[in-house]
Amino acid sequence: MTELRDLYQEVILDHNKAPRNFRELDGADRRADGDNPLCGDRLTVFVKLDGNTITEASFVGSGCAISKASASLMTDAVKGKSVPAARRLFEQFHEMVTDHSVSADSETLGKLVVFEGVRDYPARVKCASLAWHTLYAAIDSSHEIVTTE
Amino acid sequence: MSSLTKATAALDVQKIRQDFPILRRTVQGKPLVYLDNAATTQKPQPVLDTLARYYAQENANIHRGVYFLSEEVTRAVSTARRKVQAFLNARVDREIVFTRNSTESINLVAQSYGRQHLGPGDEILITHMEHHSNIVPWQLLCEQTKSRLRVAPIDDCGELRLDEFEKLLGPQTKFVSVVHLSNSLGTVNPVADIVRLAHARDIPVLIDGSQAVYHMPVDVQAMGCDFYVCTGHKLYGPTGIGVLYGREALLDAMPPYQGGGDMIRSVTFDRTTYADLPYKFEAGTPHIAGIIGLGAAVDYITGVGLGEIAAHEKDLLAYGTEALSEVPGLRLIGTAHRKASILSFVIEGAHPHDIGTIVDAEGVAIRTGHHCTQPVMDRFGVPATARASIAMYNTREEIDVLVRALTRVREMFPA
Repeated sequence: MTELRDLYQEVILDHNKAPRNFRELDGADRRADGDNPLCGDRLTVFVKLDGNTITEASFVGSGCAISKASASLMTDAVKGKSVPAARRLFEQFHEMVTDHSVSADSETLGKLVVFEGVRDYPARVKCASLAWHTLYAAIDSSHEIVTTE
Repeated sequence: MSSLTKATAALDVQKIRQDFPILRRTVQGKPLVYLDNAATTQKPQPVLDTLARYYAQENANIHRGVYFLSEEVTRAVSTARRKVQAFLNARVDREIVFTRNSTESINLVAQSYGRQHLGPGDEILITHMEHHSNIVPWQLLCEQTKSRLRVAPIDDCGELRLDEFEKLLGPQTKFVSVVHLSNSLGTVNPVADIVRLAHARDIPVLIDGSQAVYHMPVDVQAMGCDFYVCTGHKLYGPTGIGVLYGREALLDAMPPYQGGGDMIRSVTFDRTTYADLPYKFEAGTPHIAGIIGLGAAVDYITGVGLGEIAAHEKDLLAYGTEALSEVPGLRLIGTAHRKASILSFVIEGAHPHDIGTIVDAEGVAIRTGHHCTQPVMDRFGVPATARASIAMYNTREEIDVLVRALTRVREMFPA
């Protein structure tokens, strides 16, 4: 049970139950849909940009506790960051959840260190990364918001 | 029924478990509780021995040599084919074609029979509970032939609406393809009725038996289907070996699916004539070890007895259904009247993925996700389910371990 608690830390369970920024974003500049077809996780991430700065981010969708908490904490973490800074943050995050040889740097990762336990569960790495990939799909999409329906 | 009652007592699960070496191992420091049999079953020692002996003692190519080894292995492949023929009660062994898996068997029929017989405006009828492998090959065929895929609905229990199915059988319907036992719901379809309704309109029927063949006796002649497909790795046999049963008259009239060695009678640059059944559909060196291993698996299942297996699993399914129903917030997905082996469920407030990870910490292997049946998930309004699926070696005690593990889920994800 203690090992499982390394994965399902209180912060993760809390963000799963009460996700932050869990809404569609009025006036968003970009959005993208992301899904893990194998798990049935589906997220939509919304972003507001001011030049090169992420001024707001939000998400809607359904997924497991890891993917939902990751999206919730991510939308908090990237707010106010420049796009390159957010990208560096994801690189460090990704390193933390995949590489056992690096210990998580709480100074740069902040609250995101709660996902350190994911690296013992390789099948769950994609759950933790889904929101981030979706965020960059949104940022990198050259076109404005389109409705896919 | 009396034979079934007797059979329950006859199945010695503890003795069977000793035949499966993997069941002795631990995972996460706990004894393995393997409940993902619908994905693949474990292999008994006789199958493992057969594979090892083939590669260590018997390896040669078939139909090639006049030397002892080649003739021996050619005989072994023929024997395995006859075992599968007897297992499905096909009329002759020429009606058994070896493929890679059920998926390839369905693709073979779609491409060979389908492209020959379907054209613009024609329809293929399937059901809402099909595995992607019985959807996508037909969608490909539809694109190629401008034909149309129709889908018969299922009800809230996960049962096929046979009345709606019948209504969808029209003058344009040129093929019917239906799963025997649903991998995500456990529903057992009324395949004999389906065949009867389709044949009354001269429509050929393929039955996808991937999940059915290791849970219940199958008799393709009694069922009357035109094609029946299954896969070795769910039959306690090796991966990479599948079976297509086809009625001889249909197979005979169908063009080859792939060209190559072994499927020809003679080849010149002007004209090639094809080999007789079943070799016409078996281009190239087949999965010889897989075929012989499948033969050993069929022997093993027959030795235990499918009647006995079905009775044991029926008991486990009833026990599991009751035990799971007592887990707070748990909802079973798939509650058909005729059901086998599958316990698909969701728990309020806990995503199937988290359920899977938490029970894994207790040594319990279950499947989580959409089980390659996304339309079924959409039908029941869930993104995914957790699925425990049982086989002959599972026990009531293992169900208890699963249920105890699910209470851990509740602790971590209170409703």
